[in-house]
Amino acid sequence: MTEPDRHGAIGTPLRRKEDLRFLTGHGRYTDDFNRPGQLHAYILRSPHAHATIGAIDSVAAMESPGVVAIYTGADLAAAGLGGVPCGWGITDKHGKPMVEPAHPVLAQGKVRHVGDPVAVIIAETREEARDAAELIEIDYGVLPALVDAVEAIQPGAALVFDEATQNTCFEWEIGDQAAVDAAFAQATHIAKLDLLNNRLVPNAMEPRAALGDYDPGTGDYTLHTTSQNPHVIRLLMGAYVLHLPEHKLRVVAPDVGGGFGSKIFHYAEEAIVTWASGQLKRPVKWTADRSEAFISDAQGRDHVTHVELALDDKAKFLALRVSTIANLGAYLSTFAPSIPTILYATVLAGPYTTPAIHCAVRAVFTNTVPVDAYRGAGRPEATYVVERIVDVAARQLKLDPAELRRRNFIPRDAYPYQTPVALQYDSGDYFATLEMALEAADYAGFEARRKLAASQGKLRGIGISTYVEACGLAPSKVAGALGARAGLYEAAEVRVHPTGSVTVFTGSHSHGQGHETSFAQVVSSGLGIPVENIEIVHGDTAKIPFGMGTYGSRSLSVGGSAIVKAMDKVIAKGRKIAAHLLEAAEADIEFKDGQFSVVGTDRSKSFGEIALTAYVPHNYPLDELEPGLDETAFYDPKNFTYPAGAHIAEIEIDCETGVTRVIRFTAADDFGRIINPMIVEGQVHGGLAQGIGQALFEHTVYDKASGQLLTGSFMDYCMPRADDLPNFDVSHNVTLCTHNPLGVKGCGEAGAIGSPAAIMNAVADALAPLGIGPVDMPATPEKIWRLIQSHRTAPAAA
Amino acid sequence: MSISVTMTVNGKTRKGAVEPRTLLVQFLRETLGLTGTHVGCDTSQCGACVIHVDGKSVKSCTMLAVQAEGADILTIEGLAGAALHPMQEAFRDNHGLQCGFCTPGMVMSAVDLVRHNPNPSEPEIRDWLEGNICRCTGYHNIVKSVKAGAAAMAQVGGDD
Repeated sequence: MTEPDRHGAIGTPLRRKEDLRFLTGHGRYTDDFNRPGQLHAYILRSPHAHATIGAIDSVAAMESPGVVAIYTGADLAAAGLGGVPCGWGITDKHGKPMVEPAHPVLAQGKVRHVGDPVAVIIAETREEARDAAELIEIDYGVLPALVDAVEAIQPGAALVFDEATQNTCFEWEIGDQAAVDAAFAQATHIAKLDLLNNRLVPNAMEPRAALGDYDPGTGDYTLHTTSQNPHVIRLLMGAYVLHLPEHKLRVVAPDVGGGFGSKIFHYAEEAIVTWASGQLKRPVKWTADRSEAFISDAQGRDHVTHVELALDDKAKFLALRVSTIANLGAYLSTFAPSIPTILYATVLAGPYTTPAIHCAVRAVFTNTVPVDAYRGAGRPEATYVVERIVDVAARQLKLDPAELRRRNFIPRDAYPYQTPVALQYDSGDYFATLEMALEAADYAGFEARRKLAASQGKLRGIGISTYVEACGLAPSKVAGALGARAGLYEAAEVRVHPTGSVTVFTGSHSHGQGHETSFAQVVSSGLGIPVENIEIVHGDTAKIPFGMGTYGSRSLSVGGSAIVKAMDKVIAKGRKIAAHLLEAAEADIEFKDGQFSVVGTDRSKSFGEIALTAYVPHNYPLDELEPGLDETAFYDPKNFTYPAGAHIAEIEIDCETGVTRVIRFTAADDFGRIINPMIVEGQVHGGLAQGIGQALFEHTVYDKASGQLLTGSFMDYCMPRADDLPNFDVSHNVTLCTHNPLGVKGCGEAGAIGSPAAIMNAVADALAPLGIGPVDMPATPEKIWRLIQSHRTAPAAA
Repeated sequence: MSISVTMTVNGKTRKGAVEPRTLLVQFLRETLGLTGTHVGCDTSQCGACVIHVDGKSVKSCTMLAVQAEGADILTIEGLAGAALHPMQEAFRDNHGLQCGFCTPGMVMSAVDLVRHNPNPSEPEIRDWLEGNICRCTGYHNIVKSVKAGAAAMAQVGGDD
């Protein structure tokens, strides 16, 4: 890549191109779109966690003002609609496929979680649809509900699906169990820990919405939807649910107000409004309210884990043994099976040389909202397991947790490094990020601050977490071998216009990440043209050749690499045109800073001149070369990318209230080459807020008896607010990714991956003087206050 | 039952027929097509719908449209003049937004804060924004933006 030293070049904090529309109220989100003659859909959802569906009486509702149609699961079955498909199949430890129960668009025969869609009411206005829904009578036969994965696998537990024995979807494992057992037998020291990884509600600020629009003149369907990957939705919904070919189905994901994973998946409502618009020959729109989002957006995490770490007499890690029960909820969401397996157990090596690792995972159905990818998706859970047990070991061995980590880091000269859990890290320097973080956090000066806080009656703690994540999903061949039912490449088209401006069509999707700016910087740098002359287009299957979308911190490493590949083709063709115009050999043409020049001469043609020549080919090698300058490329990554870093939390607990305040948070990360540092820092800040939210505030609670979601609104589910969080100290070390053309690794998830363990290790550090052992997330004031109270009154010898 | 309402929105007289239960935010978005004001929750917690009613920041999901009869309403669409308002410019300069969904409410809320308190401290900014939820930024750059916006508003006289 050329890197001209000017505004918009790679590495400069260019202000975002997209901000003007967002700041003036001109962003266009799905709910902002309206069509003439548009109808409104309201989804009637199950009030029960587990029940049979008897008779559904919708006679009165049909007569309610404004109602146009009411459909139930039986209607959709009669119309031949398929179920909501799962995009990832896991083969269990016995070589059998996972249990994959039917997932009807509208429930058939049984409801399996509070919020399970049962009927759709379509009316002239949203209010009329909602009013009519209240008139529908459903004869439910309430069944026992299961919300806890551990209880769900007990003998005699009720069954969410008859075909899933003991509610188990699959039992899966990775690693060499015999090697792990042998290492444990020789260990000098063994640390053990039981952990809960609390269930989270993603809560992107824009609730999901979908607008289906059938054109009776052409038979074409258009769906506007809140999606991170419109092509994936077109594929899943078209092929599996509605049986519509791609050329008759356009999916548009316009401005999307945050996703964090929850808008990857194909949801029932998308199929409902698309199909209904065809039935009724009118556009049909659905927009979730927040209460509905809480019971219908896929949720995240929810693991119960036992972990053991074996160490030798020099405190070197010998082996890691992990056993996890993962709650999948009531149905298999699009990528659910991959999260507690491929994206979890494969990163359990972390930044360490642990030679033997074994992880067993049991994935379980319960009567709760489905669980799928949420920012980090498996990797936060893995990092939490590893970094908590490392801290437990350090405490037991009375070693500085920083020193124990250093002693076990993968050496700087060991790359490429093959872990015992399938991945091969291409580059990294975990010592560098740890030292940066220790220095920025004034780790050395902490004990003085602890003493000062103690003198004021406060408990201070400091906690470290280091991580390596696998991003940039993924080499298609590897993903396919691991169960992906799709390829995981990315597509890009670079369309050079006759006057030299450029429109780039990318299969990545921006829902806050700022692709319109950072991708433009990549193109500006590559083609030597100003960012003002570059437009990045995403989110529309009618415009973009294809795309797998944005998740897993893949946009720049996979989507950006596809753009580079397409630019390479543009430049290669440009060299041929320049060679013709300059009457030189193609091999003598070099392209730099927007100029095609004959090497060693002052003869050159600008990028704009070449573009014009391509479209006005009067003096042009037409025998050998087509006119035009418009190239498409698909990029399939060679490996995952491996961002890494060190996070340090300093917290203070008020013993009287149990409130934990984050005093200082330091993150030193390695994302490879940085295109726009301002955007990268923003991504880290947001990830940290979600990770700290998980550690201190957020918790999804279902009532065990009824299966009702008790934390079903912003009144009950504690979203981090401005006054809950500190400013963040963010810095970067750079080791380049060795296998993509930009050298980038991805930065979107790191904050949420590294921070929970840093916070909880700091909480453990603060509470250790009182003799309080490890605490599960979230460290709410009530939980901490009760622990402090019980240990203050406990006898000293206990 | 339909009720006629009249109010001034972004300097212009606007009329419409609403139901008694129609929220002010619905009237703005659905009747007037001013979709810059967003709805992020249904419990008046998130602040995505903050607008100015008679010069004060209000969550427009907490008012019925009929309650705004005769009121002077300013939405995000009306904040900028020929150039961006200094608070909008500050959010742009300091990367105070990512997905942009909470942004209109944040900006409208921040402008009202600075009118009350021309030089807010960081804790005062964080305290004021407690009623505006952002899921993207971790608030770090929003706080920075509001500080910069306050300073810029002081320079131009705090007027919008």
